Amino acid sequence: MSDAAALREPWPDLQRQREGVTVGIWLFIASEVLFFGALFLGYTVYRTLYPEAFRIAAAETNVLYGSVNLLLLLTSSAAMTIAVDASQQEKRRTTLVCLGLTMLLGTGFLLVKGLEYSDDIAKGLFPGPHFPLQPPQTQLFWAFYWVMTGVHAIHLATGIGVVGVFAFILWRRLLPLGSPAIVGVATYWHFVDTVWIILFPLLYLVDRS
Amino acid sequence: MSNPDGRPARTWHRPIAVWIALVVLALASLGSAYIPLRGFNTPLNLAIAGVMVILLWLFLMDLISLDALIGLIAVSGLVWLSFMFALTFSDYLSRACEAPGGGPPTFCVDQKVNRDGF
Repeated sequence: MSDAAALREPWPDLQRQREGVTVGIWLFIASEVLFFGALFLGYTVYRTLYPEAFRIAAAETNVLYGSVNLLLLLTSSAAMTIAVDASQQEKRRTTLVCLGLTMLLGTGFLLVKGLEYSDDIAKGLFPGPHFPLQPPQTQLFWAFYWVMTGVHAIHLATGIGVVGVFAFILWRRLLPLGSPAIVGVATYWHFVDTVWIILFPLLYLVDRS
Repeated sequence: MSNPDGRPARTWHRPIAVWIALVVLALASLGSAYIPLRGFNTPLNLAIAGVMVILLWLFLMDLISLDALIGLIAVSGLVWLSFMFALTFSDYLSRACEAPGGGPPTFCVDQKVNRDGF
């Protein structure tokens, strides 16, 4: 399949299209930085105001689940990068295998997250009546925990879907391997990984010593 | 072999090398969290996370070989985020609260023990 098959309106050539995809996805990432940044800011303000409550609350997070998930996402990012490189070198099999591996690792993350959520709920760590921890400000930490990890999980699930659709398109040869779209898909995936890299110390490593 | 945009094709070496560096940093962050560092654990963990993000953005998201314009867009979100943090904390860190014993007002962040409920 020729490069012409990948070319879309209104781009005059594939190079311009690739630049357009890159600029567009990075603009989206910049807006996502501000979206998650607002959550990080709220967390930081309340942790500054109630450091002891946050220390008590964070001790209840499961550092094993969080660490395993960090390793899963880091590995998925490496797989995604190899997929991008392979696609630009027209290595079809490697591209599809690495996209599949990326999806598999992302799905593994969600499964581990599900186990963690199940444990958290079993321990009653959901803000509201009968919350097991004191002082009451510990609920603030867990409110941020549920919102931030939940929004991240939604982003990751979206990423798995997007990677899956793109892998299907490549598998059916509806787009050539060198399509610039894979750069956009990969950049989004890496950003979701970035968010977890920041969340990990904020939620799982608070005052463990 | 080169990429469609003319840049030289990369091998697997770079993603694997960056992945190893990221895993080592992640384990270092996890391990250091259990070493008493007199309040420096969180700054260290966040510094390691910052290095990990820089590695990821430069070498896996390939910012290092993209145009300066893309770098500018990538940094723009962080710049506006820094303004948001600076302006917000200029408020919260300078708020005055009544002193517990009745004396002159002090910074609220200096009264964290009381506001924590202990």
